[in-house]
Amino acid sequence: MSRGEQSMVPEPTFESYYGRPILKEPTWKTPDVPIYLWIGGVAGGSALLAEGAALSGLPGLERVTRLTAAGGAVVGTVALVHDLGRPERFLNMLRVFKPTSPLSVGSYILAPFSSFAGAAAASHVTGVAPRLGRLAGLGAAVFGPPLATYTAALFANTAIPVWHEAHRELPFVFGGSAAAAAGGTAMLLAPVAETGPAVRMAAVGAVAELGVSHRMEQRLGMLAEPYGKGLAGRLMRLSRALTVAGLGLSAVSAGASGRGRPWARRLAGASYSAGSLALRFAVFEAGRESARDPKYVVVPQRERIRAREEAARSAASETGSGTLSG
Amino acid sequence: MSRLSEFLSPESLWGRLDDVSGDAGHEDHPPRMGFFTDTSVCIGCKACEVACKEWNEVPDDGYQLTGMSYDNTQQLGASTWRHVAFVEKTLPSRAKPAPEVTDLGMPGSGPPGREVTLPHGEDQATESGDSGLRWLMSSDVCKHCTHAACLDVCPTGSLFRTEFGTVVVQEDICNGCGYCVPACPYGVIDQRKPDGRAFKCTLCYDRLKEGQTPACAQACPTESIQYGEVDELRVRAAARVEELHAKGVDVARLYGADPDDGVGGDGAFFLLLDEPEVYGLPPDPIVTTRDLGAMWRHVGAAAVALAGVGAASFLGRPFAGRWGR
Repeated sequence: MSRGEQSMVPEPTFESYYGRPILKEPTWKTPDVPIYLWIGGVAGGSALLAEGAALSGLPGLERVTRLTAAGGAVVGTVALVHDLGRPERFLNMLRVFKPTSPLSVGSYILAPFSSFAGAAAASHVTGVAPRLGRLAGLGAAVFGPPLATYTAALFANTAIPVWHEAHRELPFVFGGSAAAAAGGTAMLLAPVAETGPAVRMAAVGAVAELGVSHRMEQRLGMLAEPYGKGLAGRLMRLSRALTVAGLGLSAVSAGASGRGRPWARRLAGASYSAGSLALRFAVFEAGRESARDPKYVVVPQRERIRAREEAARSAASETGSGTLSG
Repeated sequence: MSRLSEFLSPESLWGRLDDVSGDAGHEDHPPRMGFFTDTSVCIGCKACEVACKEWNEVPDDGYQLTGMSYDNTQQLGASTWRHVAFVEKTLPSRAKPAPEVTDLGMPGSGPPGREVTLPHGEDQATESGDSGLRWLMSSDVCKHCTHAACLDVCPTGSLFRTEFGTVVVQEDICNGCGYCVPACPYGVIDQRKPDGRAFKCTLCYDRLKEGQTPACAQACPTESIQYGEVDELRVRAAARVEELHAKGVDVARLYGADPDDGVGGDGAFFLLLDEPEVYGLPPDPIVTTRDLGAMWRHVGAAAVALAGVGAASFLGRPFAGRWGR
């Protein structure tokens, strides 16, 4: 049944105003915003890998991850600004600092991250001011993980049911997804012999992404429906398939260096990264679906009221059974 | 510093808050002003919608006929700051099955000694007794929440709390990020395309500053929309509910008037004659910042975990420890 059509058999569990949505659908653009979420993860994770590579003497990995972090910061900033309804007013974002607004906090994570990652990459490529470049790289590594995970608060701090109610799991889903994407990108682009750490990071991230997102859906119960149907459902299944394929291919290419089957490692990396991208699109689409259908607003809120009343009743009967006689 | 205290005291994020303007940093401010919309006397004339459009110079938002009811505005939005919902609700059959008698088409036909009475529904039940149709009309508006999610999430400070305790968008500061749109638990504020900025009811901030009544309330012919001090309106609303209950209208209930609800009570609240969702209102809205602490804690933990995974991935590698080359 398409949206706007009236069912002949009314759903017994909830009422609504002609099936019209209660919430407003996010006006955020796609693909801008899902790409922003993904690229923030890639860039943030890459900054971590870059510092590790520098400290443990892996120049090939360091080069690729520094460039990925800087490139991701540029693309992410462009995607963010492009998404604004009035890009010329981007600087209004820096008028205030508001902890209650994850977008405000995010601006103050993205801005230093971009500066540090850009400076580190520039220094690495040109060889100018190497010590300052490393210091900038360290700065990027510090701001990288928050960049990868704050977007979960960005989504959770809305009234969109599948986002808000998942506020405990979403940061870990996004964090795992970021590790998978950054590790995967490095596996795809760095010299195969130096991708050992990236393989480990991607694998741990992929397992976390699969595990926590599964747990999230279990806990959301009926609210997880949008993750299983329609476009979001297809994207979610695609994401899972790609991530599992990444794990499998990664195992095929296993070995200290993966020298035997470099193609498998490259393919695993691409698969991880694409799986992470699909996940971001899936989460975005599921949010839009849950805003469109009043069921996802009314049914859980009714349930909440019912549970509250039940708790109040049982508390009253426990403490003051004498009131029954009065 | 009020900004700092705003983030330190939990009641600033959710829960009861009696001095909403003071909490926002207004010293020596007027009393909180708001709307009490008594839908039991709404006649669905939409004068409020028109008055709002005219006074605030809100552009037309397209002429859309959905065919769902006589309501052709459908919902609140960037260019609809008052919206009158028309609920045409079919009631399930209350009549007992008709007795198996042959109707001779004569008055008073039926078994001897028994008067045939037509089933009397409450409202406008049809004579056949099959079902009844109930008409509900309700003028909806921005709720001007005590804890307003739109205001909390706005990254530019474009949304602000006025000295009257209302929530207003500064149009020249809004950068069109659209964060307020999915943050509103009532689905009120929206982005105006292609303008890009977000708009909603200002509770006629310009009129309030001149001591005038908002345009919608002034235009309302039945005083369904009442404007005044929120404290006084709450008393008036409670009295009206009691009056209706005394008349047997048991379904009358207040919506958004409780200062202990999920948004700390609304500056614009309603007397409804059915469940909120029937009018397109959420039954139990909660300001999203109630969970802000948990959100940031989980984000922080996930970030630390990610950093840990990054570091652990290099375990077993020789430590070069070089700074520069």
